[in-house]
Amino acid sequence: MIALMQAFLVIAVVVGLHVPLGDHLARQLDGGRHLKIERTLYRVCGIDPDREQDWRHYLLALLAFTVMSIAVLFALLVGQGHLPWSRGIGGMPWRTALHTAVSFTTNTSWQNYVPETGTGHFAVMAGLGVQAFASAAVGICAALALIRGLVRHGTDELGNFWVDLIRTIGRVLVPLAVVAGLLLIALGVEQNLGGSHTVTTLTGGQQTLIGGPVGSWESVKLFSGDGGGFFNASSAHPFENPNAASNLIEIVLMLLIPTAFIRTFGRMVGSLKQSWTLLAVVGILFGLLLAAASLAQHSTHSPVAAAVGGQYEGTETRFGIPGTTLFGISATGSADGAGGGSYDSFSSLGGGVLLAAMMLGEIAPGGTGSGLYGLLIAVLIAVFIGGLMVGRTPEYLRKRIGLGEMRYVVMYALVAPTVILVCSAVSVGLGQDGAADMGNPGPHGLTELIYAYTSNTQSNGSAMSGFNGATDFHNGLMVVAMLLGRYVPIAFVLALAGKLARQRPGVVTAGTLRASGVNFVTLATGAALILALLNFLPALALGPLAEGLR
Amino acid sequence: MNRLPVWLSQHLAALRVVLVLTLTTGLLYPLGMTALAHVPGLAAPAQGSGLKGPDGSMVGSSLIGQAFTDGKGNALPQYFQSRPSAAGSGDGYDPTASGASNLGAQSVVDTLETNNDPKTFKPSLLTQVCARSAAVGALEHVDGSRPYCTADGVGAVLGVYYDGGTGGTATKVVSLDQACPAKPFLTEYQGLPVSCATPGEGYSGAVTVPIRGDAPAHPVVPPDAVTASGSGLDPQISPAYAALQVPRIAGRRHTSEQNVRALVAEYTTGRALGILGDPGVNVLELNLALDRSYPNQGA
Repeated sequence: MIALMQAFLVIAVVVGLHVPLGDHLARQLDGGRHLKIERTLYRVCGIDPDREQDWRHYLLALLAFTVMSIAVLFALLVGQGHLPWSRGIGGMPWRTALHTAVSFTTNTSWQNYVPETGTGHFAVMAGLGVQAFASAAVGICAALALIRGLVRHGTDELGNFWVDLIRTIGRVLVPLAVVAGLLLIALGVEQNLGGSHTVTTLTGGQQTLIGGPVGSWESVKLFSGDGGGFFNASSAHPFENPNAASNLIEIVLMLLIPTAFIRTFGRMVGSLKQSWTLLAVVGILFGLLLAAASLAQHSTHSPVAAAVGGQYEGTETRFGIPGTTLFGISATGSADGAGGGSYDSFSSLGGGVLLAAMMLGEIAPGGTGSGLYGLLIAVLIAVFIGGLMVGRTPEYLRKRIGLGEMRYVVMYALVAPTVILVCSAVSVGLGQDGAADMGNPGPHGLTELIYAYTSNTQSNGSAMSGFNGATDFHNGLMVVAMLLGRYVPIAFVLALAGKLARQRPGVVTAGTLRASGVNFVTLATGAALILALLNFLPALALGPLAEGLR
Repeated sequence: MNRLPVWLSQHLAALRVVLVLTLTTGLLYPLGMTALAHVPGLAAPAQGSGLKGPDGSMVGSSLIGQAFTDGKGNALPQYFQSRPSAAGSGDGYDPTASGASNLGAQSVVDTLETNNDPKTFKPSLLTQVCARSAAVGALEHVDGSRPYCTADGVGAVLGVYYDGGTGGTATKVVSLDQACPAKPFLTEYQGLPVSCATPGEGYSGAVTVPIRGDAPAHPVVPPDAVTASGSGLDPQISPAYAALQVPRIAGRRHTSEQNVRALVAEYTTGRALGILGDPGVNVLELNLALDRSYPNQGA
């Protein structure tokens, strides 16, 4: 009952806020004048903001920004020992630094280091913090280009990457970060530049408390889809998430932008009916995931859970089991991946649902921007299949979905399963340490490994933290998984956008499949579920299903 | 500007954008937030919600839990006890090593101690739960038994060998978490005698069979008293665990249980908005208040 009321409260707040925020996003990001300060910035950076790019140049700019982001972040991490506010922490070893630089640039934020002893405040603020903003904006840029591809006709131009990037960060993300950050600080999240200080406890022992700019980090890390922890325990740490009220705000923040961006899509294509249709699909998927996880977390089927009397291991008292489950589904249904408890200690099937939420392609509601383009891919597949089934022309928003378009759609859909399954298999087969990297025995160890590569490929970053990824082997393989899992899909999305934008407008005839209404929502939801989960059923059967159904 | 090839000019623009973002979102934003956090109302939480002891010196943070033990893992009976913690070694609650046990439902078989080296002992989650429950039961003088736990406080898990691998007729039965010379919790299983486990011996060929036993489904010792939190720094315990500790505290501090209960109520937080989270009792704040109101006059 409590669980249900918590879920309704979160959904009500997110749906309520998504309307004004989505409209705001559409107003700020879709055309309009440049601000004076933005013009100055474009001049300083040598950018012509009024020249639009075709899909190849848009992609080139996006990749150039990515390369430079990785390079600068890598340099900051390796050299942090020479930077101020570093708490005496030395430079990161280069392999870890490379993994971390790629991890935060790709919006993944899987951490193969212990933040308490691995990163100083400067690296967090000026390194990881910048990429939290930037990586979120990159996802939104790719989504904006795809929307323009659907809206525009007979053109190569998809917008200007730099303008999209700067506007997203300056007009949307920074103001939101300030508001949400202050709210979290008021609720108890710390915000200072102090280092660690040791106190003598009540019993005469010693305890070393770590200060830091946590509030400014916490807000960004949640709404950007970044999700990395300022502390090892991430958002289960009391300094990151001090009480049940902050837990609610953090869950809302994770879901907010991806949900609002669906509204932005509706505004930009001039059909709010479309955005409500997509929101219905997302709502159903999120509801299914949450219901499945809640049931699994409620059961005391396993001997450990029966001995304890519930899934309390790895759960904070102040959140309770329902609050932790809701956090977990929000972190994996979005691309955020923050930890609100120990996902490794979730029930077997509960952890399996978290894994399935990521395998679904993170479209419920997914990452910032990436959630929307992932969702549109699922919709296009539904349109295509639906069109074939009833013998009508596959069309979406007056664009024909022909062979050329479907080629990109299908290739997009194949990337994640291929990368996840191949990397997991390579890791099982070639990982020098074999089962030693797994923190748990039996099928759960395999679940941890598949979870790790799913999380890295899907830019999620949540972890079953018993798994030890901090080896040269995993650092290297995860870098490959993250880069392929993030940029190959983006390339296909932009190519698809370019192809769609070149089309002349079609005519809506009686022969066109209507992309709204109950039938279409059912079709799209089904297509998303079947498409994603069938790929992964064998892997799920060997991992979470094997452990949970015995 | 058009003299440069486009790929090069884009990389140069990219580098400049990254640097501008580093200055603005990377320094201006967090430092500005730090400055804003000095306004009244935000200052106390922003500085880490510190708590002062009776002599005015800082003793910790109201958000970060502490272990109330003697440093060797033994509970100090004059204080309310926190939850078990996986943060750091020893008694846990080390804020420089926050984290969870990350052990899951499959964790029921111990790696037993070999060569008299305690470091080789890796208890399963089940055994940790059973051991904590037995210890709390002993400390509070209540029944510490739990389902799937032996009376001596380890997991009640049998390793059964079958002549057909995973099926067929049972040939040998071992109590996997009871190191020899412990007396197995069952004398026989499927007509076969149950033996204790020999440390160092691999029992991977056996089928693990957890045994429910006859402990009550709702044990006296509450769930949070036998599980580690996600951060290892949980500042709270459940009201049920606090209530269990009240008689011991009252006895130690020579006051009535009613007085202690009143103090517990004062440091209990209910659900936010009536539906969010679980009720909890802040242990450090409660123990500080105990020292103020009912000082411990020594054992």
